[in-house]
Amino acid sequence: MIESLWGALPEALQTTIVIVAKIVAIVVPLMLTVAYYTLAERKVIGFMQVRIGPNRVGPRGLLQPIADAVKLMFKEIILPTNANRFLFVGAPLLSIAPALAAWAVIPFNETWVLADIDASLLYILALTSFGVYGVIIAGWASNSKYALLGAMRSAAQMVAYEIAMGFALVGVLLAGGSLNLGDIVQAQSGSILHWFWLPLFPLMMVYLISGVAETNRAPFDVAEGESEIVAGFHVEYSGMTFAVFFLAEYANMILIAALTSLLFFGGWLSPFQGVPLLGEPSLFWFLLKTAFFMFCFLWFRATFPRYRYDQIMRLGWKVFIPITIVWLLVVGLAVVVELPWWFD
Amino acid sequence: MNTIVNYLRSLFLLELLKGLKLTGRYFLSTKFTVQYPEEKTPQSNRFRGIHALRRYANGEERCIACKLCEAVCPALAITIEAEPRDDGQRRTTLYDIDLFKCVYCGYCEEACPVDAVVLTRVYEVAFDRRGQNIMTKQKLLAMGDEHETQIAADRTTDARFR
Repeated sequence: MIESLWGALPEALQTTIVIVAKIVAIVVPLMLTVAYYTLAERKVIGFMQVRIGPNRVGPRGLLQPIADAVKLMFKEIILPTNANRFLFVGAPLLSIAPALAAWAVIPFNETWVLADIDASLLYILALTSFGVYGVIIAGWASNSKYALLGAMRSAAQMVAYEIAMGFALVGVLLAGGSLNLGDIVQAQSGSILHWFWLPLFPLMMVYLISGVAETNRAPFDVAEGESEIVAGFHVEYSGMTFAVFFLAEYANMILIAALTSLLFFGGWLSPFQGVPLLGEPSLFWFLLKTAFFMFCFLWFRATFPRYRYDQIMRLGWKVFIPITIVWLLVVGLAVVVELPWWFD
Repeated sequence: MNTIVNYLRSLFLLELLKGLKLTGRYFLSTKFTVQYPEEKTPQSNRFRGIHALRRYANGEERCIACKLCEAVCPALAITIEAEPRDDGQRRTTLYDIDLFKCVYCGYCEEACPVDAVVLTRVYEVAFDRRGQNIMTKQKLLAMGDEHETQIAADRTTDARFR
């Protein structure tokens, strides 16, 4: 019955429906993860400060994100006087769209990937850079000096770390010999020591730290700067528009965590490769590694004091870029001489 | 030489790792938060909560309107008026404690020669109307009647230190 109905549909429609279903299958769990990531953040930071964290809404506080979402949905969206209405509302969309679109090329295991394109790493790099527009436009369209200053700080920082991050990805590209994320993961196959974190260790550190800076998270959160400038580029935002910025920030954090596990920690490959059963590559390993890096983001926030603005710039331009360039040469050399173990 | 060592030290993020280790340890440590409305912290028998006026076992109020508490009160929270009663005994006609002024120092209790005014262990006090901050004589006596067992027990425990 259902099959005959399905067959009656024109082929173009069938393809569209399948793609939309796949998108829903990625975005809905992602949004739920984002919601519970906010709770996890409050819980983890609470635990590190020897507190318990939210535990009043629902059993063990598990309904807290739902309550927060409902609250934000019913709050008024305030448009500042003389703000550019179109850009003001458009900016949050501009920041969340790339954060979600990047997930199109993330492979969850050998076969589960929405769009298995050849240049997926390039696509990721392009889309993560795109997020800065949302920030700049939000700051400008708010018609507020504080928002504009916050946006400029944020944009400068994101652009600076973009470069180090891009160089780190070039290292992965050299080592993996492909721009396709699936192929890069396959190139790491072997054992935990074959994963790229070992030969590309400095690049891995640079990537992870730049990722934290790129998503404007503590200790690089001068853009938000809770205790200095309150909220930076999104001071004027309230209600759902504000919530969308937060969704984008958390979706980006999850994306960076997922990318770190794909590019440097073998994605869905098992750390016990070769051992029967436990050594099977599976979605589980990918999620576990991603969850660990997501935890790291919260761990960093609970531990480190905020960088001063000039220190951020110094780190980005004068430390990370030289390190990545030097290590690119090392990796290039290793690939040319076909260094055994990793590149033979 | 020193600068190079320092540079390398910061490059390898040693101090940051130390910080992560510390927070990681606290993450795993047991939490001792008291979940307030359900759990309460233990109280001393000398706890100084809101006030009460006590009575003797026969029901006669203890306060003889000597006004020592009014005199000693550093916050001037106590107002007392007194007249001789029909049987010739001296009793208060007005005994107000303004809880907004009170600093819960317990001097009134110390000063009282007949142990009439005392501080109870009750600390969960909320006002939702103007004027509720004034503890009148009726309210104070009612507090005393309600908590007499606890008050008496606390005074007995503490007696040997007085």
